[in-house]
Amino acid sequence: MARYQLFSKTFWGSHVARVVDDVELTSYSGAIRRTIHQEMERDPRVVVLGIDVGRGGGVFGVTRGLREAFGEERVIDTPISEMGFTGLAVGASIAGLRPIIEIMYIDFIGMCLDALLNQAAKIPFMSNDVLRVPLVVRTQFGGGRSAGPQHSQSLEAVLAHIPGLKVVMPSTPVDAAALLSASIREDNPVVFIEHRHLYAIRDHVPSDVTPAEIGRARITRAGSDVTLVSYSRMLHLAEAAAAKLADDHDIAAEVIDLRTISPLDVDTVAESVERTNRMLVVHEAVEPFGVGAELVAQIAQKCFHLLDAPPERLAAPFQSIPFAPALESRFFPDVDGIASATKELCDY
Amino acid sequence: MNAETDRLPLLRDMYRMMLLIREFETSVQHRFRDGEIPGFVHVSIGQEACAVGAVSSLQPGDYVLTTHRGHGHAIAKGIDIKAMVREIYGLSSGVNGGRGGSMHISDASRGLLGANGIVGANLALGVGAAWATKLLREERVTMVFFGDGAVQQGLFHESMNLAAVMRIPIVFFCENNGYAEFSAHSTQTVGSSLEERARTYGVDALNVDGTDVEAVHKASERAIGTSRSQGVPTLIEARTYRASGHYEGDPQKYRSNEPADLKTSMDPIALARSRLVELGDQEDELAATERAARGEVSAVFEDVLGESRGARS
Repeated sequence: MARYQLFSKTFWGSHVARVVDDVELTSYSGAIRRTIHQEMERDPRVVVLGIDVGRGGGVFGVTRGLREAFGEERVIDTPISEMGFTGLAVGASIAGLRPIIEIMYIDFIGMCLDALLNQAAKIPFMSNDVLRVPLVVRTQFGGGRSAGPQHSQSLEAVLAHIPGLKVVMPSTPVDAAALLSASIREDNPVVFIEHRHLYAIRDHVPSDVTPAEIGRARITRAGSDVTLVSYSRMLHLAEAAAAKLADDHDIAAEVIDLRTISPLDVDTVAESVERTNRMLVVHEAVEPFGVGAELVAQIAQKCFHLLDAPPERLAAPFQSIPFAPALESRFFPDVDGIASATKELCDY
Repeated sequence: MNAETDRLPLLRDMYRMMLLIREFETSVQHRFRDGEIPGFVHVSIGQEACAVGAVSSLQPGDYVLTTHRGHGHAIAKGIDIKAMVREIYGLSSGVNGGRGGSMHISDASRGLLGANGIVGANLALGVGAAWATKLLREERVTMVFFGDGAVQQGLFHESMNLAAVMRIPIVFFCENNGYAEFSAHSTQTVGSSLEERARTYGVDALNVDGTDVEAVHKASERAIGTSRSQGVPTLIEARTYRASGHYEGDPQKYRSNEPADLKTSMDPIALARSRLVELGDQEDELAATERAARGEVSAVFEDVLGESRGARS
C-alpha cells in the first residue's frame, strides 16, 4: 500500500502529495470516473444524474466524458432541484434503473433529506423487501480552504444515524474504485462520500479493481501501543502522526481506516484495542454526536476490562466552520495535534 | 345496441368497484373506532369515483402511486382485499408482511408502487418510475394521485418541472376535496387554478367533476392516451368530496360552515346509481349488487379479525 508524502504545513493545513513512483498513477477522482464508466458499460441500467454532471463533467470534473460516452439519455443534467431529482432517482430505482446521483456538496443534503430518510431508507422495509432501491448518492465534503460554514461540513454521522442507508467514505484512489463499484452493485441505497481535497492524490489503481466489501475496515499500519482510528482525509494525517510518533517517541501506533461508516466494522477495531489497550478516534466532523462517539461507546462496552486509558476522540469543535483562514487553520485536527493527543493517551 | 347501453357494462363494473371501496372504508372506519386497528387510518369515503374512474382507464401493467389516503386506489388497482386488510391489522400475512400498514400499502405485482405517508413525496417517486419506464422502453404509463394540499409542497413544483423538461409519461391526478388536512383550500393559496399552474410548467391539464365516475373515466382515458402516445406529462384536477375527517377521530371543527346536504349531493355512488336506474337497471339487481359487496367485505374483515385475535393470544 502506497504511502503519501506530506507537504510542509501550509496556510490551509497539510496537503497530500503523490507517491514518487514510475508506475502509471490514477487520481482519486480519476478512479471514481473510471469506475462509473466501467459500471455503466457493464450494466445498461446504471444512469447518472446531477447538476452539471453531463455537459460540464461535474464541478470537480469527476463525471467528465461520461455524457460523450453514454449519451444524454443516461447522463442527465438536472435543474437545481435536489428534492425533485433525488425523489425521481428513488422512484426510478424502484422501477428498475440503477441511478447514481450527485449532490454537489454534502451541505446540500438538507434539500433532499426526505427522499433519503423517509423514502429510500424506508421503502424496502415497508414493502417487505419487494421494492428495492439500488441507489448511489455520490457527494463530497472537505474543510480547510475557506469555503465557509455552508460548504465545509462533515455530515456523515447525520446520515449514518438513519437505518436503511449505508455510508461509505474512501480515503484512497484504490478504495474509491473498489468501494464505488461495490456501492453501485449494492441493491440498497448507499451514500458515497468523497473528500474534495483528496481528488488529486494518486496511486496505482488496477484497471480491474475487485469490488470491496462494504462494512470492512482495514489496518493500514500495524502497531502495539495504541489504536488510531480514522477515515477519509484525516486518515492520512493519522498515518503521518503515527510515523512522527514512531520517530520521535518510539510509540508504535496501529492505524485503522474505517472505509465504511455504516455499517461500522467495530470488530476490527475491538480486535486491535484488545492488543493495544488504547484508542483514539480522529475525524474532521464536529466531536459531539459523531462517528467517534459511536465507536467510543461500542469499544467502552466491548473492551471495558482491556482498556488502559479512556477511549478518546479528537475532532472539530462544536461550532460552525469559519471561512477566515486565521480561524479555520486552527479548526480541524492536524498532524501535531493528533500526535500529541495520542502521546497523552499513551502516557495516561 | 345503442350508445346508451354501451355505457352499461363499464358503469356497472365501476359501480361495483366503488361499492367495494365504500364498504371497505366504512368497515375500516368502524373497526378503527372499535379499537381493532393499530396506528392511524385515513379513509377516502366520498372520493371513490376518482379512484375508480381513473384506475379503470389504466392497463394492468401501468404504475400507480398514491397517498396516505390510498385504500381506494389500491382496491381499484386490483390488490387482494384480504391481504390488504391483514396488512392494515399489522399481521405478518399482510400484503407487505405487516411492515407497511395502512399508509404504505404496496403491491409490486399489480403495479401499485406504494402509498406514501409524506405529503407530496410520491410525486417525485412517480416521475422517477415513469422516467425509468421510458428508458427501459416499457409501454407503461404512471399515474400518481395527490390532494389539493400537496400542491403547495415544493416537491409539487419540482416534480412538474422535471416531468415536463425531461418529457416523462406521467399522469398527475389531483383529488381536490377542498381541504389540506384541517385547512380549507382558500386559506392555502391565492391566484392561479391548478389547471393554469400546470400549463405554466408546460403540462397539459384537464378539469373534471370528481363525483361523476364516467366523467372521470373519460378524462383519464384522454390524459392517459396523451401521455402514452406522446410520452409527455398530463394533469387532471378532479373536484371531489372528503366525507370524513383528515384521519379517523378528527373532530372536524373546521367544517362547521359546510352546507349540510353536501355529503349527499356530492356522493359519487348515489350519482352512479341514479345513472344506472336511468339506463334501465332494476332496483332488485342493484340491491343484489349492493348486498354482495357488503357481504364480501364484511366476511373478509370478520376472518381477519379472527386471525388477529388468534395472533395476539
